[in-house]
Amino acid sequence: MGMTMTQKILAAHAGLEKVEAGQLIEADLDLVLGNDITSPVAIKEMEKMKVEGVFDKDKIALVPDHFVPNKDIKSAEHCKCVREFACRNEITNYFEVGEMGIEHALLPEKGLTVAGDVIIGADSHTCTYGALGAFSTGVGSTDMAAGMATGKAWFKVPAAIKFHLVGKPSEWVSGKDVILHIIGMIGVDGALYKSMEFVGEGIKNLTMDDRFTIANMAIEAGGKNGIFPVDETAVAYMEAHSRKKYTIYEADDDAAYDEEYTIDLSALRPTVAFPHLPENTKIVDEIKEDIAIQQVVIGSCTNGRLDDLRIAAKVMKGRHVAKGMRCIVIPATQAIYLQAMEEGLLKIFIEAGAVVSTPTCGPCLGGYMGILAEGERCVSTTNRNFVGRMGHIKSEIYLASPAVAAASAVAGKITCPCKLG
Amino acid sequence: MKSAKGTVFKYGDNVDTDVIIPARYLNSSDPAELAAHCMEDIDKEFVNRVKKGDIIVADKNFGCGSSREHAPIAIKAAGVSCVIAETFARIFYRNAINIGLPIVECPEASKGIEEGDEVEVDFDSGMIKNLTKGTSFQGQAFPEFMQRIIAAEGLVNYINGKSNTPL
Repeated sequence: MGMTMTQKILAAHAGLEKVEAGQLIEADLDLVLGNDITSPVAIKEMEKMKVEGVFDKDKIALVPDHFVPNKDIKSAEHCKCVREFACRNEITNYFEVGEMGIEHALLPEKGLTVAGDVIIGADSHTCTYGALGAFSTGVGSTDMAAGMATGKAWFKVPAAIKFHLVGKPSEWVSGKDVILHIIGMIGVDGALYKSMEFVGEGIKNLTMDDRFTIANMAIEAGGKNGIFPVDETAVAYMEAHSRKKYTIYEADDDAAYDEEYTIDLSALRPTVAFPHLPENTKIVDEIKEDIAIQQVVIGSCTNGRLDDLRIAAKVMKGRHVAKGMRCIVIPATQAIYLQAMEEGLLKIFIEAGAVVSTPTCGPCLGGYMGILAEGERCVSTTNRNFVGRMGHIKSEIYLASPAVAAASAVAGKITCPCKLG
Repeated sequence: MKSAKGTVFKYGDNVDTDVIIPARYLNSSDPAELAAHCMEDIDKEFVNRVKKGDIIVADKNFGCGSSREHAPIAIKAAGVSCVIAETFARIFYRNAINIGLPIVECPEASKGIEEGDEVEVDFDSGMIKNLTKGTSFQGQAFPEFMQRIIAAEGLVNYINGKSNTPL
């Protein structure tokens, strides 16, 4: 029996000709990532290890992005801890405020994640880089510490689920709708411990930003990783952003999959996940009641990229957010921010009554920059709508695409852009 | 620690790491401070009622969501001796093993144990006994490799003892 794309990458990094689902392996790491929440714990753990420094100062990325610019004294202490560690160990890829961005948007943009890599990150959305054909997965701080010290990590080789994507998405349907549809279909533990491998001719109709969004939310279905084949679009992205050598792996024809699904992209509709699980999805056409909202967040590692800002601006251009609406737009990186400024997108947002923030994860995890009070509702382009995720335990988050979020900000209730007058 | 014995706190499906330790407390990484807010957004009384040795039992996908190791750290520092669930989210599973918080997957146990039951777990065999109801369940024993990490009381000690040794 053959191997899946994920299994081939893992086998190559474990020095094995073949691996199979369930096997425990130790793999060499191409990149180890941490942020300002998880790195301080990892640094403390690494200090307990009998090792001299990090395994490779070029293969570690430290991105303070959750609570920066520092939201309070304790966050400032965490960031200081990360900064001093980076300095002490001469970490090449440490990104200070002013050059940082939300980690999973920043690292591909900086060319640090390429096809064929094995990447671990102490952040659950590390699975994002599967969009470029890498094996990447979220881990905790101790795994990050061990990875920084040894350049290796243990893995149980995952089984896989195959998603055949066919057709072309219609107007207002984006990568976010694809992944929300899938999570609604298989549930928040539908891919538990498994790879989600996306294949099929429909992929050519998805932009890189669509694919990043889809791979990013594999964790919301419980997946170990999400991964796309490396096509011309992915190669063009890597050649534009990276000088790293990449390796293209392809699944064997006889690879085993636990389940297979076919998804017709042309049949999908803008989709919203209702509180309090990403699997509680409805298509906008099904929402008959008026769901009044007080806040909209457009940003995050899921949807803070250029495609996302462009479509939100397209919806908001010449319109204004509803009275009483707080609309917070967060470009994911400095480069995206700058490009959005040059394209006039930020002007559109500001004229529409939105605020534009420096890159931060802040509101997505209820850190700062958009916390909800009791009883408030938010349409958010982020990735989780758990109880209390964005603030009060009696607040509600509705997950949606940037197009739906922007339209909802204008209408003051959950709305499809196609319904705006 | 070869076994655990304690009173059960019972929860349902998809207990996520945001309710185990809300992000508003993640500006700290001090175990005692995290423990003071453990389970706060799902069970406000947990920190007042939990005693050293108590056991958490839950249904599917325990620990889903964020990769924050602060979640198992908070549970362990609160005094919990073991978590039993039908299934665990994979990052939580790794983190628990890496910090030496014993966890056992056992769908039957999660169905056959209620809030307040007295439960005993043997980590070597994976055997779970409900002392209140007089029932027992065979949980999944850890693979040998994980047993070695647990025996070393976490990945850091394991690496200190076994650096550069293949699995």
